[in-house]
Formats: sequence, structure tokens, C-alpha cells
Amino acid sequence: MIRAEHISKTFGDRQVLTDISALFEPGKTNLIIGKSGSGKTVFLKCLVGLLEVDEGKIWYNDVLFTGLDFHGKKEIRKQMGMLFQGSALFDSMSVEENVRFPLDMFTAMSYEEKLERVNFCLDRVNIVNSNKLFPSELSGGMRKRVAIARAIALKPRFLFCDEPNSGLDPKTSIVIDELIREITVELNMTTIVNTHDMNSVMENGEKIIFIEEGEKCWEGNRNEILQSDCRLLNEFVFANSLARQLKNSSK
Amino acid sequence: MFRFLSGFGSYWILMGKVFSKPEKPSIYYRQTMKELVSLGLRSIGIVTIISFFMGAVITLQTAYNTENPIYPTYLIGLGARDSIILEFSSTIVALILAGKVGSNIASEIGTMRVTEQIDALELMGVNSASYIILPKVIATVLFNPFLTLISIITGILGGWIVGTTADVTTSQDYIYGIQYAFIPYYITYSLIKTVIFAFIITTVSAHQGYHVEGGSLEVGRASTKAVVYSSVTLLLFNVILTQLLLS
Ligand SMILES: Nc1ncnc2c1ncn2[C@@H]1O[C@H](COP(=O)(O)OP(=O)(O)OP(=O)(O)O)[C@@H](O)[C@H]1O
Ligand SMILES: [Mg+2]
Repeated sequence: MIRAEHISKTFGDRQVLTDISALFEPGKTNLIIGKSGSGKTVFLKCLVGLLEVDEGKIWYNDVLFTGLDFHGKKEIRKQMGMLFQGSALFDSMSVEENVRFPLDMFTAMSYEEKLERVNFCLDRVNIVNSNKLFPSELSGGMRKRVAIARAIALKPRFLFCDEPNSGLDPKTSIVIDELIREITVELNMTTIVNTHDMNSVMENGEKIIFIEEGEKCWEGNRNEILQSDCRLLNEFVFANSLARQLKNSSK
Repeated sequence: MFRFLSGFGSYWILMGKVFSKPEKPSIYYRQTMKELVSLGLRSIGIVTIISFFMGAVITLQTAYNTENPIYPTYLIGLGARDSIILEFSSTIVALILAGKVGSNIASEIGTMRVTEQIDALELMGVNSASYIILPKVIATVLFNPFLTLISIITGILGGWIVGTTADVTTSQDYIYGIQYAFIPYYITYSLIKTVIFAFIITTVSAHQGYHVEGGSLEVGRASTKAVVYSSVTLLLFNVILTQLLLS
């Protein structure tokens, strides 16, 4: 469980996040949606501590994360996995070395055990026979999947995904959504996903938070989202004509 | 001025992070080996070529400046030897390496920054500054003295080959000259400078790369800055060290 209380963040004199509070539960895929530039990435980076918040508290289960020093944060970070918007694979390492990296760094496993875990994770994301390839030799979708494999290598309790399906075709993007949902349930993780993809919202949205201009405007699930009377949310959800037609025809 | 001071401050903060206790020594060892190859071994070629021609030019110039018959003929070899050891093999080679290794380090680390690879390391709980930078510092500080020795040898060799081919000196005079009144401390001096220059090049460039914000344009800018800043710092230290070590 992750709890954010009254988070605010400014860059210089630019207010990017204003007083956001939210609760994210384990075993669920929690979505953060909002337009490009609304502050989703900044919010996620504040949650994991890559950016310092100006105000507010962040709790990981019963631990006050924002009150910890570097070493305390490090302990919690070992339980986190994150998929970055641009995958962030280490480009000097092969696929196998990328996924093995957290294991090399933080476990005392033997080489064989590590290899087994690596292959299990890669298999889980449907990457086979690519162990020796380098990130530059992979397609965007494959990179995302390898990044997911790396993020789950240490069986994290908290998974963060920044736009896991931006720049992917609808089909691959559904595969990735399903993957994230399945491993969330499998490992009973608290998963937080940033997205502006309405498909994933309708597929995965067990808990949705809508951010506009750095403020939380709405919170609910995928069934409630279509009935919402929040104007800004409606503009976001029914931005394309297909969605609008569907809404009108359902009335 | 403020920018300079805050840059200076962030440099020392970064160094504090770099020189903290390694999390997993075996991984640092592996990284250091990799860096020895990419920053050290891959520089041998350029150092050899440059030193050869440098030695040749120094020998020719010394020869033309000492054409007057009152100078003994072995002076050419002696003059070339001392210039090469004292100044060229440490400082000029360091400047060349600032261009090659410095820009390489800054752009590699800068790219890791803008593609969020550094964030990914931090998120895993890895001390990214130490993990990325420390192996580079160790590799260059250990290996650059060898580059300097290689440079001294090829420089003197270049002077000999070109000097005798151009007929400004005889083989016998040159070889007598490079042995005449040889002061071994000059080599030590040269190696001490090399070690300090290696440290400057690597850490100043790494600092530029580590704090890139933005995209590939900024990475390019950082690597230019890395070369300029490390060259200037290195020349400044050259003066200080010469005064300290030779006076
Ligand atoms: N380091 C920074 N310094 C200054 N401003 C920043 C910084 N990072 C983000 N911002 C600003 O914060 C705002 C929110 O950015 P953010 O990256 O969170 O958007 P986003 O919702 O993730 O958008 P997208 O869907 O395009 O990824 C943007 O207007 C951006 O200009
Ligand atoms: Mg974003």
C-alpha cells in the first residue's frame, strides 16, 4: 500500500503538483491519467523519491518514506521496480545482463540461479532467444518488455510504470497491459501506472486518478468514468469521436 | 560567478558520492576492467602516433636552434629528451586525452542521464555516481602513467628516427645525448603530473555529464564543456605542480 498526502511540487516558480492525496492498494493496477504535461511523470518520480517533494507525506505501508534518510530510502527502493517512459535499459549491457543487473547487485545468488531467474522473467514477458542482443537491436515494444522483466527481477512489492504503452501499436499495448495486470495479481504488488491511453483505462482501470494541471480532479474506477460529470475528465475521455459516438449511443 | 561557485560546490558533492564505500566490490572490479579497455587500451594508438611526431618535431626544432657550433652536438638528444619527459608526454598527452576521453565520458554519462538510466540505477538503490564514475577514475589514474611512459619512449624514438633521417644529428650523438646527465626524478615528476591530470580529466568530465538536463543537444554541449573545463583546470594545475615539484 502506498499513501500520498497533500503532495506539492514546484520547479523554480512553476507549480507542477498541487496538493495531491491518493491511496494505492496492493494487488490492484492503479492508474494515473491526464493530458501530456499534466504532471504524471513528476508525480510518479515524487512517489519513488527521485524528486524531492516540497510539501506532503508519502507512506509505504507503515513507513513514512519522505522522512527517511538516503540509507532508509535505499532499503525501500530495493522493493521497488520501475518502468521508465523511455525504458532506460543500460545500453552497454545485453538483454540478459540488464535483467541480471539487480540480481548481481543485491543478491548472493549463484550464476546459475541468477540465469534461471533472468530466463524466467524474460519468458514471463515473452522475450525468448534474445538474451545476447543489445538494447539498440530491439524494437520499442521489446525494450519495454525487457524493462518490465528487469523491474520484476527482484520480485518487487511496488511497481511503477510510466506510460508502458506509449508509442506502441494497439495490440502490443494490450499485451503489455495484460502483462502488468497479471504480474500485479501474481506477486500481489502495489502497481501504479501512468497512462493517457484510453484502451488501458478501460481494460485495467480498477482505480483511476485523473490529474489536470497538477491537481487531482477525479478519482474512481472504469465503470464510473463513463458516467462522471466532471467536465475536464469528460473532455479527456471523450476526446476522440469514436468515444463520443459510443457515449451518445449508450444514452 | 554564482554559476561557477555552484558548479564548484556540486563538483565536491558529487565527489563525496563517488568516493563512498562501494556496495559490491566484485561489480566495481568488473566495471573497472571494462573501463581500462575502453579508456586506457583504446588510447594507446592515438598517444603513440602523436608522441612519435611530437618527438620528431621537438628534435628538429632543437637541432635548428642549436646550429651554432659552440653547442655540443649531443645537446639535441638531451634537449629533446627533457622537453618530452618534462612537458610533452604528461601535459600535451593529457590535453589530447582531455579531448578524447573527456568528451567520451561526458557524453556517455550525459546520455545515461537524459535517457533516465541514472534514475533507473538510483531507483534500484544503487549509488549511481559511484557505480558509474569510480571505475573510470580508477582506470584512468592507473592506466595513464603507462600511456605517459609509452609516450616518452615513442617520442624519443620518433626524434631518433626522424632526426637521423633528416640528417640533423647522428645516431651516436643522439643516443649519447639522451643518456647524458639524466635525472630520474624527471620521470617521477612526469608520472605524478599524469596521475593528477587523469583525475582532473575524468572527474571534471564526469561532473559535466552527470548534471546534464534536457536532451541530446545538452549532451553535446556538456561534452564540449567537459573538454574546455578539464583542459583549463589541467593547465592551471600544470603551473602549480611545476612550481611545487621542481622548485
Ligand atoms: N525538471 C524539471 N524542471 C522544470 N519543469 C519540469 C521538470 N520536469 C517536468 N517539468 C514540468 O512539469 C510539467 C509536468 O511534466 P510531466 O513530465 O510530469 O508531464 P506528464 O504528465 O508526464 O506528460 P507526458 O504524458 O507527456 O509524459 C511539465 O509542464 C514540465 O514542463
Ligand atoms: Mg510523462
